[in-house]
Amino acid sequence: MPEMILLGTRKGTVIFDRIDGGWRPRPIMHAGVPVCYAVRDPRNDTLWASLDHGHWGPKLSRSRDDGATWQDIASVKYPVGARYIVKYLPTPDFDPEAPTGQPEYADASVLKIWTIGFGSDNQPGRLYAGTIPGGLFVSDDDGDSWQLNRPLWNHDTRGGDLFAGDATSENLWGGTPASIDYGLFEPGIHSIIVDPRDPDHLYVAVSSAGVLETTDGGQSWQGRSRGMLMDYMPDPAAEWGHDPHFVTCCPGQPDHLWQQNHCGVFYSDDGARNWRKVSMPDSGVHFGFPVAADANDGRTAWVVPARADSERMAIDGGLFVARTNDGGQSWQSFRQGLPQQNAYDIVLRHGLDISGDHLCFGSTTGNLYLSEDRGESWQCLGNNLPPVYSVRFG
Amino acid sequence: MTTVEITPHLYRYFPQLKNRTIRAPAGSVAQILRAVDEIAPGFKDYLLDDQGRLRRHVHISINDTLVVDRKTLSDRVPDGGTLYIFQALSGG
Repeated sequence: MPEMILLGTRKGTVIFDRIDGGWRPRPIMHAGVPVCYAVRDPRNDTLWASLDHGHWGPKLSRSRDDGATWQDIASVKYPVGARYIVKYLPTPDFDPEAPTGQPEYADASVLKIWTIGFGSDNQPGRLYAGTIPGGLFVSDDDGDSWQLNRPLWNHDTRGGDLFAGDATSENLWGGTPASIDYGLFEPGIHSIIVDPRDPDHLYVAVSSAGVLETTDGGQSWQGRSRGMLMDYMPDPAAEWGHDPHFVTCCPGQPDHLWQQNHCGVFYSDDGARNWRKVSMPDSGVHFGFPVAADANDGRTAWVVPARADSERMAIDGGLFVARTNDGGQSWQSFRQGLPQQNAYDIVLRHGLDISGDHLCFGSTTGNLYLSEDRGESWQCLGNNLPPVYSVRFG
Repeated sequence: MTTVEITPHLYRYFPQLKNRTIRAPAGSVAQILRAVDEIAPGFKDYLLDDQGRLRRHVHISINDTLVVDRKTLSDRVPDGGTLYIFQALSGG
């Protein structure tokens, strides 16, 4: 039974506590500061918030006293010499046939700490942070110091080792629209999955590159996007350039992975070796941002569908959650307790979470909904929250 | 000596800078920010990005002139001068 719900919102961190069978919000923390992700480390109860200061740069904030006090941590930094190849959005006069010019390099600085991941129970102090512009950071001292994972940063698909010199290969990673807030178009890591069976086996998902896997603790990374599609590109099945919105796995069956993609819902039952599209557009299950996987049954997952992608809001003014129990062969829609008229909510990629039979999601309209029966009925926990960026049970 | 005036928004993160006059020897902007960072550890991380450049929406002026070198912060603050640190606020 979850005891806490942590929200990252545009105006700070909001924590709901389970008290006497109900859920009660505390006064907002980090008041006025955008918080793009807030989460509790299940190994030691430390709370983490990723602050998205508009002026002062992204910072992690850590609380070791259950949210009573927070300590800002500024040590997630790209090392001197960290560079990447700039990729611009195509302009109307873009000529795909034109010869490619010399790559343009940019010095890297953290623009957003988009997600925080935790190592296994046998790795105390091991943390991961996924960032825009596309670097994965690792800490082994509970966040006091962080190191850039260089094999991923120096991946051949990003141009190779730019610490050492000029690019030795083409940059195949695109940017994420989520970076446009910074006036840039840079890639971002928003999903980090640590295999519960093997802490050296991880997946990360990158917008807009795809899914990558390491089986050697991050010393080498392989693309794992086969079967994913990007319908908006000339070659929808190209190996690189995908925009997975969020990727998660079933903890009890970690070879079962789920992905809400820009171009559909995708499912893999073979450890991301092959993805298959399991959308059902006629049922409204196609576009969206978050996905949640059941703890034990790899075939069961939930999505919060939205009207694709030019509108990005609830379909026909009615908010619903869809669940599959059979690996995406069929989907059931659940609307009980959710608004069915004049609802324009969108739930962002970290805005849905699961804990046992409980699910919870928050929208950018500031609404928060909780289900205690595997998504079949919902109760509203708040209508006047700031825009919600992340929801995580603690 | 020079005087450093900072936006009150930074007092929230560095309360030790509140209600006091911040002084530093004349020198480059980089040297003066280092001096403030010694009083308030971590201060530079709020103004400068990972590569030591002034953050996008942060401005520094020497007296009434905005600094030109936002990358290496080499502009000099003369003896008796004041370095102002402020930010562009926007949005809702």
